[in-house]
Amino acid sequence: MQLDDLYRRVIMDHYKNPRNQGMFEDGHVTINLNNPTCGDRISLQLKVEDGVVQDAKYTGEGCSISISSASMMTEAVKGKSVQEAEELAGRFSSLMKGETVEFDEYEDIEALSGVNKFPARIKCATLAWNALRKGIEGKEEKS
Amino acid sequence: MNASIREQFPILNQEINGHPLVYLDSAATSQKPRAVIDAVKHYYEWENANVHRGVHTLGSRATDAYEGAREKLARFINAKSTEEIIFTRGTTTAINLVASSYARSVCGPGDEIVLTEMEHHSNLIPWQQAAIAVGATLKYIPLQPDGTITLEDVEKTVTPNTKVVAIGYVSNVMGVVHPVKEIAEIAHRNGAVISVDGAQSTPHMKIDVQDLDCDFYALSGHKMCAPTGIGALYGKKALLEQMEPIEFGGEMINDVGLYESNWKDLPWKFEGGTPIIAGAVGLGAAIDFLQDVGMDEIERHESRLAAYAMNRLAELDGFKLYGPAVREVGLITFNLGDVHPHDVATVLDAQGVAIRAGHHCCQPLMRWLKVSSTARASFYLYNTEEDVDRLISALIQTKEYFGDAT
Repeated sequence: MQLDDLYRRVIMDHYKNPRNQGMFEDGHVTINLNNPTCGDRISLQLKVEDGVVQDAKYTGEGCSISISSASMMTEAVKGKSVQEAEELAGRFSSLMKGETVEFDEYEDIEALSGVNKFPARIKCATLAWNALRKGIEGKEEKS
Repeated sequence: MNASIREQFPILNQEINGHPLVYLDSAATSQKPRAVIDAVKHYYEWENANVHRGVHTLGSRATDAYEGAREKLARFINAKSTEEIIFTRGTTTAINLVASSYARSVCGPGDEIVLTEMEHHSNLIPWQQAAIAVGATLKYIPLQPDGTITLEDVEKTVTPNTKVVAIGYVSNVMGVVHPVKEIAEIAHRNGAVISVDGAQSTPHMKIDVQDLDCDFYALSGHKMCAPTGIGALYGKKALLEQMEPIEFGGEMINDVGLYESNWKDLPWKFEGGTPIIAGAVGLGAAIDFLQDVGMDEIERHESRLAAYAMNRLAELDGFKLYGPAVREVGLITFNLGDVHPHDVATVLDAQGVAIRAGHHCCQPLMRWLKVSSTARASFYLYNTEEDVDRLISALIQTKEYFGDAT
């Protein structure tokens, strides 16, 4: 068990300097999710216009893995179409299953590949992505 | 504590991630001694049959083993008779039985059920559900900053409208031991019953339900060296007699008609279906094991270990303790600077040290503490000062690993 597989420098950077934290002033769809086994929680806000995720912000409490994953996810989905964001979430699931996946346009995410060696922590990494999926589905229902 | 105790737990003799295992999560579930593992194995190899049914030899052996375990448990907690011991899956099922059968039948609108904010979800939600079902009110005894409660506050909270006081004997987060005997007296003076969640007390101290004068007492086997899936509800006979079963069928039946049926006597009327026979056998063996060591000795060992751990933890910077400064039980809940408990647990696990991180099934208490989760190290009879030392050095490494996050 190599801790450094889990706690890559890029992960600690996102944990200590999380991107896209906060809430939009105007009301946007907010997705609240929590991990009932550990108490981690996230409130994710997505600004979706014309089928494109224009902006994403979040607040929440969690461990280094869940916070850095949320930070990376919000960075990655900005400017992506809803379909692209969904495809990204799918690729993240594959990454958690131990498959080799490349995130060319946002390679920080690949740093989370080590999480699959720590099965107890996969839920931490997927919390933000589950919120993303919920948010996108909600948007699609509306349009 | 005799050093050979540890050797009786085969699981402890292994390496985790290249380090000898230090198991500090016994409040979640304890490890099992060879004697319990062997008793369950022997049961399946020599005695397995259904109970109370077969006229054949194995049927008698299984029934004797199952009812023998009930006798051991009755003596272990000093119940008046085996009729007062109902086998359940564990503490949760036992509390649900009291809440669903007793509370729902005696409580109505305006009646009160009294709890604390630090109850385990298993001793909170059954009462919430009962209160919702009958229109009763939940009331909470206020907590002091260190997680203790005062008898003065108990006096103020419990009123003649109170029908049930439901409280955990020992908090699985704060390590507080509540004055259950005194609370029972206050409850009874107000015409209420007291239901005690004994999940965290029974494994660690001598329990005498008659001396405590509690009306109901729930316990789990798996936290006291027995297998999972077996536990018990103790109830005063007069109360159990007036209660209706909540599970119907199989073993609990006396006489069945097409439109009406009636039930067996205590305790079997509450034990529908085929019971957890091997689990009960394992519980009986666990009780023998604990009594051989001695409950007083276990209590002394754990409080010494807790005192040692508290002293050593005081050496750590940025260490935040939850609960009273002096521990009677070996359970320490903490946070390490800003390092999230998950990260603490993962780094400790990499060094072979198993602790718990999370909300410990106490979400209201976490809100009261204003944290999302905590780390918890919990000790049992097989832990040693060396285990504490390993915990401390692993925590120091965690701080170093996370650098300025602490």
